[in-house]
Amino acid sequence: MLSAPRQSPAALSIKGLRKSFGRPAVDGLDLEVRAGEFYLLLGPNGAGKTTTLRMVSGLLKPDAGTIGIFGIDALADPIAAKQITGWLSDEPMIYDKLTPPEYLEFVAGLWSVPTEIAAARSRELLRWLGLEPHARERCEGFSRGMRQKVALAGALVHEPQLIILDEPLTGLDAGAARLVKDVLQQKVRSGSTVLMTTHILEIAERMADRIGVISQGRLIAEGTLSELRARTGQEGASLEDMFLSLVDQDRAAE
Amino acid sequence: MNTVRSLTWFARHEGRLAWRDALSMMTAGRPDREHRAWIWLGAFAIALHAIAFLLVRQFVSQQMQADLPTLIGVTASILLSGSAMLSQAMESVTRTFYSRSDLELILSAPVKAERLFAVRIGAMTLSAAMMSVLLVGPFINVLIWRDGWRWLGAYGVLIAVSLVTTALAVAITIKLFQWIGPRRTRLAAQITAAIVGGIFVIGLQTAAMFSSGTLARLSVLQSETVLSYAPALDSPFWWPAAAALGNRMDLIWVLAASILVFLAVTARYAPRFAGYVIAASSVAQIARRAAPEGGRFHVISPAATLRRKELLLILRDPWLISQSLMQLLYLSPPALLLWHNYGSAGGAIVLVPVLIMTSGQLAGGLAWLTISGEDAPDLVQSAPVSSARLLRAKAEAVMQCIGIVFLPFIAALLFVSRQQALAAMGGIAAAALSSIAIQLWFRSQAKRSQFRRRHTSSRIATLAEALISIAWAGTGAVAVSGNSLWTASAGFALFLLLCVRWLSPSRLQ
Repeated sequence: MLSAPRQSPAALSIKGLRKSFGRPAVDGLDLEVRAGEFYLLLGPNGAGKTTTLRMVSGLLKPDAGTIGIFGIDALADPIAAKQITGWLSDEPMIYDKLTPPEYLEFVAGLWSVPTEIAAARSRELLRWLGLEPHARERCEGFSRGMRQKVALAGALVHEPQLIILDEPLTGLDAGAARLVKDVLQQKVRSGSTVLMTTHILEIAERMADRIGVISQGRLIAEGTLSELRARTGQEGASLEDMFLSLVDQDRAAE
Repeated sequence: MNTVRSLTWFARHEGRLAWRDALSMMTAGRPDREHRAWIWLGAFAIALHAIAFLLVRQFVSQQMQADLPTLIGVTASILLSGSAMLSQAMESVTRTFYSRSDLELILSAPVKAERLFAVRIGAMTLSAAMMSVLLVGPFINVLIWRDGWRWLGAYGVLIAVSLVTTALAVAITIKLFQWIGPRRTRLAAQITAAIVGGIFVIGLQTAAMFSSGTLARLSVLQSETVLSYAPALDSPFWWPAAAALGNRMDLIWVLAASILVFLAVTARYAPRFAGYVIAASSVAQIARRAAPEGGRFHVISPAATLRRKELLLILRDPWLISQSLMQLLYLSPPALLLWHNYGSAGGAIVLVPVLIMTSGQLAGGLAWLTISGEDAPDLVQSAPVSSARLLRAKAEAVMQCIGIVFLPFIAALLFVSRQQALAAMGGIAAAALSSIAIQLWFRSQAKRSQFRRRHTSSRIATLAEALISIAWAGTGAVAVSGNSLWTASAGFALFLLLCVRWLSPSRLQ
């Protein structure tokens, strides 16, 4: 359910972000995500969502612009920014030959989480995500949903303040998707900030504090569901209708 | 669709796939490189013909006759290419069983799967033959040019050998399936393929080493012992060699027998292929091996974490182990030489360069796995660890493996001579570090499963790795002999390394 925006310092502050792969993928994007909010980035295919998230996570170098994560200049001090960030891509990249606890132990090592804390969090995450019965199995035989859960546990084991997720629900069954949504909502309740992209608009309606609509590498609309309705002049309209209307308007304006 | 139509249609489909696959290997998946790839291929063919000319020249000038020494030499060459073809065919059969790719589509199609698998076995034969033509063809061409058309028969023998080796590969793999089950067959078949690929050369080297104290393979073939145990000249054992030398009747017999063997194996096993493929794919899906009990959660520093992960992934991948085993297998003859000539300086002059070469090649493969073959690049890059530290940890993991493999050799040499041990250690470290540096400079993200094709991503890197390993091996040989010129040789190796750095794409970034 959408709630009123919270007054808190920026978890993520993006200004004038640009990235081009021959043609502009992100074209002067300005975006601000407040601490402790669930922010959803929507956009048609090729709008620049994934490129934006990859730049925020330090996986891509921007051509221009600034990225601040909880006041840390992510381009000047990427290590400090990465320390408080967790990243999960749509394609779960895990090691087939490791078991889930071994994978989490590896991630905890990369983020220098003390052994006792990491062990406790790993046990909790494995239980939470229903992976405990598979804790002694290598990931090579896991289904896509299970792999996504292992990858999600990896993104959370170091308790990041900013959790960035690119289409985390792609390919998950209803039960696994519900579990992931519950985990993310629980994280937001406990003070983490979530920045996520999805094509499932029903999730945006139910879970997001604020929604940003991105098209052709620029932010074309932003706000709560009611603010977006007011902006498009479509009272009572679904998010799908508003989304399509906003994207069509942007394309027509080109 | 009738049998003939479905067979030709599927053969055409397989041919197109094989052609595009080969093209993709040559161009490293970049269509814009096609033109350049053809130029390289042409240059490679010319270079091979030149090498073949230099090697074959002396035999041709001796007027080759179908006498016992010649038949032994030609038979050995056939066995050599046959062992390589058998190894490649076993690899292909194992891949057909275990890689799912289009198998689900084929098995779900309303056509008889055995026909499709018969064509696929045929395609494997063709691919084994083509690979041999590429490598052995230049030698046959030079022999035709210098010694007459009779050598055309060698191409016929090549086809016969590829038919028999593919049939053998299918039979061996299916027998393994029946004996040890689909779960263990993959590893067993891959290790067998690795051993088969090198066994003939290694066997010859070992025999040569015990008979003459050197690793010269050809000398043992002409020894009195071999000549005295060889079958009589009219024995069918010599038919393939006689066919290669131009005996038409023998060629007909050899071709007929090989076709018969191939057809018999295909007829027997193609109908069962589908069942084995289904069994293998089921194993791939349920292959969730339990980890050993008692593993305690223990977080260590990021660099140590990365090293531990790399070692664990290498140790848990049977396929990678079998690939590395192939390289390590070639260490067995020089190891035997060290044992045989223990205490004398002669052995070290042969052993040290081989050790250094192997170290360079092994480190190159492992460095590709750890640096380019990272399966979770996003995770590692999004970690709060600098790129330099990440790469250093990965290089350290490779050096750890190199240390584990080569330290026993260095320790053995230490008992013989401190100078030899130092030369070996320095050379092994230099060759390994050079290969790691090359992999760093030419890194491009890939999946570990693409290890087989790592050489296609950059031919410059592959060539550089080999050349610089040879340069370090030469340096090691000079150093072991006590000649102070080893510094000049080391300088040349470093100069080559600088040239490679200058050519690398990372310099431009």
